Amino acid sequence: MSNIGFSAYLRRDLLLSYRRLGEAASPLIFFLLVSILIPLGVSPDPQRLAELAPGIIWVMALLATLLSTEGLFAADHQDGSLEQMLIAPQLLALPVLGKVTAHWLVTGLPLTLVSPLIGLMLSLPAVATVPMMASLALGTACLSLIGAVGAALTVSLRKGGLLLSILVIPLYIPVIIFGSAAVQTAVDGFNWLGPLSVLAAMLCAAIALCPWAIGGALRLVSSN
Amino acid sequence: MASNRDWTWFYRLGSPRWFYETTGRWLPWLWALTLVLLVAGLVWGLGYAPQDAKQGNSFRIIYLHVPVSFLALAGYYLMAIAGAIGLIWKMKLSYMVMKSAAPIGAVLTFLALFTGAVWGKPTWGTYWVWDARITSMLILLFLYLGVLALQYAFHSQEAGNKASAILALVGTVNIPIIYKSVDWWYTLHQPATIKLTSAPSMHIDMFQPLLVMIVALYSFYALALILFIRAEILQRERKAAWVCDLALRADQGSAGEDKE
Amino acid sequence: MPKTPLLTVDRLFFERDDCNIFEPISFSVEAGDIVQIEGPNGAGKTTLIRLLTSALQPTSGSILFCGENIANCYYEYLANILYIGHQPAVKLTLSADENLRWMSPAITTAAEISAALAQVGLRGYEDVPCYSLSAGQHRRVALARLFTSQAKVWYLDEPFTAIDKQGVSILQARMASHVATGGCILLSTHQDLAMDKVRKYSIESHKDREQQQ
Repeated sequence: MSNIGFSAYLRRDLLLSYRRLGEAASPLIFFLLVSILIPLGVSPDPQRLAELAPGIIWVMALLATLLSTEGLFAADHQDGSLEQMLIAPQLLALPVLGKVTAHWLVTGLPLTLVSPLIGLMLSLPAVATVPMMASLALGTACLSLIGAVGAALTVSLRKGGLLLSILVIPLYIPVIIFGSAAVQTAVDGFNWLGPLSVLAAMLCAAIALCPWAIGGALRLVSSN
Repeated sequence: MASNRDWTWFYRLGSPRWFYETTGRWLPWLWALTLVLLVAGLVWGLGYAPQDAKQGNSFRIIYLHVPVSFLALAGYYLMAIAGAIGLIWKMKLSYMVMKSAAPIGAVLTFLALFTGAVWGKPTWGTYWVWDARITSMLILLFLYLGVLALQYAFHSQEAGNKASAILALVGTVNIPIIYKSVDWWYTLHQPATIKLTSAPSMHIDMFQPLLVMIVALYSFYALALILFIRAEILQRERKAAWVCDLALRADQGSAGEDKE
Repeated sequence: MPKTPLLTVDRLFFERDDCNIFEPISFSVEAGDIVQIEGPNGAGKTTLIRLLTSALQPTSGSILFCGENIANCYYEYLANILYIGHQPAVKLTLSADENLRWMSPAITTAAEISAALAQVGLRGYEDVPCYSLSAGQHRRVALARLFTSQAKVWYLDEPFTAIDKQGVSILQARMASHVATGGCILLSTHQDLAMDKVRKYSIESHKDREQQQ
């Protein structure tokens, strides 16, 4: 009916990222770059790399998502559009979900799409490619939602970035456990659908609960 | 508003002054109870309980480790519930409870980890293993630290209160998920040589002092919490008339003592 | 029977960290009213306006819209207010046209958008990214919402900041036509308005009063 709901915020944030492609691409570049550090810092031995690959890819994806989460509401808070969002005549959870979806489309999805490249460089066995992509797709969406809670809580703080990571990394732990486990079980030749379905369940719970926490945090904290 | 009127008793319960004065009357009793229980439990547990067949005397650290771990987790829930009450009913006292529970809980969690490590050295030959329970405890410590850090990051007390209450609530929803995931992760990676899951049926002579210690630690927790809250109340209400009166009376009292 | 006022504020009170920002406030606004909120810096003008828009939650007191507590008709109330705050809520990477389209809650045609932008003197700037515009022009983009909005109650916080004389007179003309068609406006500004029927409401800061005593 109007110009203010889920899809409007989704479209606007995507447009904003498109206008600032360099900024939008930095989590992706970060992901690639840090993954290169591991062979340089640990060992280029394919066997050892293959052993570490599921964990490395997941830790790097987590860090890349975390880095980009800080700005999720900060720009809106500074220029006053956050206030306009708070008083839009609709459920606050909808625009919030729109913004988080845009965030995932700009960070999580590209990470998922380039992950086979990293897998190749870290000698991840080919059987694990599909589970890795599936787990990253579901998992990074969880990370975006959980991270957004932290971003909303720290939005009015000038230097919230480091604090944000302290707040959300403990909450990320279940995601990284099941995410890397999905890849690992695939490497070991077992059925990886188990951990993946747990990730899917977590995503459902996060979609249902996080927008409310984010909305509450924005309403109660950003205004003070 | 009319709907508020039915809740006056609830709000009186939330009055910092009422809390301060009531707990002032309880404090001596609580001190006595805590000291008696602690001394009794420690002497009984450390001095008289039988030795463990395998671990010898080193098992006795459970008399501290187990109750402290209990309270560390229970304290998080208490903190989150207090935060929720604060958010819903805008009760100041409730935020003070939440704010006071955070540092106490963090210290207890640290103690639980520390006693666990000390116990681990003679038992498994190492201070740290990535056991499911220890790892969960470590995560709990970081959850506490997050709430603490957020609380003090804001200039405005109120914003800090609300933010950390929301974070504590989000943490509460997450704790069971985190515990379950860590449990599962542990079974996935469990090295065959280390086995900690056993909580062998404890002899009743060992168990009784443990019960006393658990009650003692609960009492200690209540005491510490009340003391923290009272300090917080005095700081927050320092401009209120009754606090000024209190300070004046204390001043006069000490001045009188000096003269004598 | 007396007419129900468009907006009634009943003992609205806000404290932050146990400090009263202002004493409990009560007033009512009828359709056709322009209320200029006055007070020295730090008196709480912005806080009051943000409380009225419900961006801030009051400590106590209530706001009635057409006689009904806004808690009971929340979305209806929000659909009927327009708030332009200190920050213009303009996205620098978007053009003036995109910004206005984005900020207008009702569906607006391209013609309406460019007409509104022309009204605030931005003809020819429609497709220029806002980062190349000046501060005054950013505010004009935000104020162009006055020409697309159908809201009854306008809350304008210092709307004339960085706006030139000619712009101010255009805006005041628009404000006059808004109240003539049954709307009302609450605004804070240090300028004197060249309009009749402006009611002034002054909030005296609680802190000031303490210092005076």
